[in-house]
Amino acid sequence: MPFFTINGLTHYFGGLRAVSNFNLSMESGELVGLIGPNGAGKTTVFNLISGIYKPGQGGIVFRNESIAGLAPHAVNRKGIARTFQNIRLFHDMSIIDNIKVAARSRTGYGLASSLFHPPRFWTKEHELDAWCRDLLAIFGLDAKAPLRSSSLAYGQQRRLEIARAIATQPSLLLLDEPAAGMNPNEAKELIDTILWVKDRFDLTMLIIEHNMRVIMEVSQRIVVLDFGETIAQGPPAHIRNDPRVIEAYLGKEDTHAA
Amino acid sequence: MPQTKRNHITQLILVLAGFIILQTLIGFLSGQRQFQYYSRIFFLIEINIILTASLALINGYTGQFSLGHAGFMAIGAYTSAGITTLLPKLLFGSPLVTSSVAGHLVFVLSVFAGGAMAGLFGFVIGFPSLRLRGDYLAIVTLAAGEVIRAGLRFADFLGGPRGIPGIPAFSSAFYVGGFFLLSLWMMRNFVYSHYGRACIAVRDNEIAASCMGINTTFQKVWAFALGACFAGVAGGLFAHMSRYINPDNFGFLKTLDILIFLYIGGPHTIAGSIVGAGIFTLVPEGLRLANLEGWRMVVYPLILILVMRFLKDGIMGEREFSFLVPWKYKEMVQKRVESSKLTVDS
Repeated sequence: MPFFTINGLTHYFGGLRAVSNFNLSMESGELVGLIGPNGAGKTTVFNLISGIYKPGQGGIVFRNESIAGLAPHAVNRKGIARTFQNIRLFHDMSIIDNIKVAARSRTGYGLASSLFHPPRFWTKEHELDAWCRDLLAIFGLDAKAPLRSSSLAYGQQRRLEIARAIATQPSLLLLDEPAAGMNPNEAKELIDTILWVKDRFDLTMLIIEHNMRVIMEVSQRIVVLDFGETIAQGPPAHIRNDPRVIEAYLGKEDTHAA
Repeated sequence: MPQTKRNHITQLILVLAGFIILQTLIGFLSGQRQFQYYSRIFFLIEINIILTASLALINGYTGQFSLGHAGFMAIGAYTSAGITTLLPKLLFGSPLVTSSVAGHLVFVLSVFAGGAMAGLFGFVIGFPSLRLRGDYLAIVTLAAGEVIRAGLRFADFLGGPRGIPGIPAFSSAFYVGGFFLLSLWMMRNFVYSHYGRACIAVRDNEIAASCMGINTTFQKVWAFALGACFAGVAGGLFAHMSRYINPDNFGFLKTLDILIFLYIGGPHTIAGSIVGAGIFTLVPEGLRLANLEGWRMVVYPLILILVMRFLKDGIMGEREFSFLVPWKYKEMVQKRVESSKLTVDS
């Protein structure tokens, strides 16, 4: 039984078919890239997996459990975390509090404790604080822990979003355009971070990315979407030369040949 | 400038000692007829602070705009007064008397019961309505508050529109001060916990919060019910201070008062509730003393406009009173700042 499977996933926005009969099967520890031109339905697939949209048709099975139609928090608690294309940090909170909120499963006290603050409460809070600081250190953000998340540079905000997703202790991580808006140096650094994080936290990853250098380098396998349909699937070297993929990105060749 | 533990404790002791001395003084003064009016204003400030802070949990921290807060205060007031006044009247033919020890015990329990009942109503009303957002939630909570008031007018066994007269005057300086401290302490604790952080996360970015495993509906309902609960406690104290309540005490105008306290003081901190409710309970009384009572409705909106124009986040903004921040929390933040300085320098 594969780790994560999507079967015949179809979703409409009104009359528009955004995702059509999408299939995907991932083994544990795999890193799969999801690419396609703008509006191809990539982010919609993420929103369907993470429960923001309820799928019209099709099944999503994660570790032998159906998660299609679950609420976002329930999906996350099953072990799937994600980042967002347009960064969605908690801007009013400090950097470390962004992590603490996500590390909900490590909190270790209930509502009564939070109202009366027994000694155990602060023991747990200190443990949580230490754990979150260690996680921030991994992402090179610990020096800025007390600052507001909105004070971070753009690239660092992307890193913080990944760190926050990992704080929920997922086994499947969905990254939505992690390299968007990064310069080549930052993108190079990001590649290293992604591969390192994957090993360090024993993650399976699904990544949407427009930066071809990044996606070709990190992915073991790539799925190409266009107008909601899967048009190609395979290892990076294969995808790079697939005529249908080139057509989807650059248009038909013969229109110019004439 | 880092604060030492000694510093923090001294500060806390000074504030508490000052509070207790003031409260004792007020307690003595309230016994004398010519000072009764001033002591009542003081109690009213404390009750209004509890109300405002409880609304801050919902509107300020969780970012859900509720317009029905006076309804929950009414639930608390009626439950509490029902237990100390109506029930004993029914059973023994007269309300509880303030001279008996049992009476005091029942009164304390009745305030807790008022809080619990209001919390329960908050839960029942919050569960369906907190799935709504923004304006829709505001309208539904407004309606809920009015339904509570209208319901009380029809409830004959609670006095109907005539209300409940002859409530024993249990709300002494001791009880009002005690419940005031307990309520603020519990709300402060809630804010500095995982639940408080989760509330701010929901306000900040609801989609991100839910994708990080926070059950946003549940979180909102808890904050709503907890806010309602403390409003109920305030209602119980109010009933035993004013000694007479009727449904129209708790109409939309009362909610509006609390909202003004909240947004003028600052909805994001407990300090904001204290400052807002403190000042704005005093302003109308001051005008009354200066024989300018009619100007209340001119001065109120004027201050509101000025604050909203120049201090968008209220008078206190993001500033919290230092003595309200738990020492262990300060310690945690200070450690972090120190370690971050080290990493920056090296």
